[in-house]
Amino acid sequence: MAMTKSGLAVQTVEAEIKGKRERFSREHPWLVRFTHWLNAISLVVMTMSGLQIYMAFPSFGEKIPQKDFLHVPEAIRLGGWLGGALQWHLSFAWLFTLTGIAYVSYLLASSHWRQVILQPKELRGIWPMAKHYFFFQAKPEQTEPYNPLQKLAYTSTIGFGIAAVVTGVLLYKPAQLAPLVYWLGGFGLIRLYHFAAMIGFLSFIPGHLVMVALHGWNNFYSMLTGWKRNPDYLR
Amino acid sequence: MGVVGVNLPHPFFWDNKKMKRDDQIQLVDEKQLSRMNRRELLKLVPLIAMGAIAIPSLNEKLIKRGLQLGDRAAEKFFSEQRLAQTFSNRDVTPFEKFPVNSYSDYDPANDLANWKLTVEGMVARPGDYTMEQINALPKQVQNVKHICIEGWDVIGNFGGVRLADFLQFVGADSAARFIEVGCLDDYYSSYDIASCVHPQTLLCYEMYGKPLTAAHGAPLRIHMPVKLGYKSAKYVYSIRVSNVLRKEKGFWEDQGYSWYGGI
Repeated sequence: MAMTKSGLAVQTVEAEIKGKRERFSREHPWLVRFTHWLNAISLVVMTMSGLQIYMAFPSFGEKIPQKDFLHVPEAIRLGGWLGGALQWHLSFAWLFTLTGIAYVSYLLASSHWRQVILQPKELRGIWPMAKHYFFFQAKPEQTEPYNPLQKLAYTSTIGFGIAAVVTGVLLYKPAQLAPLVYWLGGFGLIRLYHFAAMIGFLSFIPGHLVMVALHGWNNFYSMLTGWKRNPDYLR
Repeated sequence: MGVVGVNLPHPFFWDNKKMKRDDQIQLVDEKQLSRMNRRELLKLVPLIAMGAIAIPSLNEKLIKRGLQLGDRAAEKFFSEQRLAQTFSNRDVTPFEKFPVNSYSDYDPANDLANWKLTVEGMVARPGDYTMEQINALPKQVQNVKHICIEGWDVIGNFGGVRLADFLQFVGADSAARFIEVGCLDDYYSSYDIASCVHPQTLLCYEMYGKPLTAAHGAPLRIHMPVKLGYKSAKYVYSIRVSNVLRKEKGFWEDQGYSWYGGI
């Protein structure tokens, strides 16, 4: 067990490999890795089938007259037609929701949330990190598994996921949940929120994939085994 | 073991004590290290099962089941007491802006004169019913939402007799579980009885205070604010009360839409 500067205890082992002492920290517990990959699958299915569903009425306005908001290319749709897409979407909605519940419950029940969730005192650290990534300035010292900018990304993604599920349930049962639908501005507006939640969630992906690519195999492998080799914060 | 923790007490953290005991870095050799990695990799093996979704014959069954799972849950939670929201006349979408999603170019004009509603199945008084008989039953007018599976919604004004009242009028068996309707444009659909006796489910003969127009299903349609628009069948001419559904459950339903269609 090693302690980071902020007091996060990380399970750590040391091993001698080819005469060199190497440290390994256990960054991702089993449940986090499992839900991560499940979520990666259901996110692709939910997005593509959602876009196919959207094409049945690609507008956020009135039906008469209909003004189309965007045309989604067929290559990024799933299900072939509205009925098929709804089967995909409403099936994987279960997986997406259950995965989310498992992950968030785990965050709350363990203290893993301290590694992931952005806390108010860390807000100050976001801008220096952004300057490093976007304006090539010096990298602030890495004292934690995740820096404040990463925590901002992960935390807001959890928020967008919850928003996607809640608005999705309202779109699924708008008559049963009529008071809530009314309070949030009606079915049409909730469709827009649902779309916005998807955009919010997806906006995380390009940055995530770029960072994963830049950080290479060691970092990627840690999402499979949980163990990260010689992380900055243990040096 | 196996949890990234913190040295501060956490209300739900089950590993606090263990952590304090182990408060040092463990030394392992290379063999132990690769065993650790292998063990962790094995825990992800069940994910391979997700590869099934790439096989068309498997995923088709899977996603149909998934859709039914939601329908079954919705049917459990459905209550005849829970009403869909009603709106004031001010909120009603103008009639010209009430969309028409016709599935055929059927024109009911030639059939109107001889129109009758055929009732069969588990009823005490089967037979043909005229519009006069339906009109004589208590009338209900309501401003409710009409939500289409495509994603648009409007508020319409609908008038007619409660399907529950009509079913009582024809003496429907209380043990019946389903209702199947046939339409003059060859459309067809079927319903769970709970949704049929919902107090806002209408055998609708008026929209916006006037008899149904040709486009909206003259002379008689179903309107169910607790279900999606494709469940509000137009041009209805037959109702069968039954305990067992036919293989043909509905025009869209047979192609993959949810049979329950509840919202």
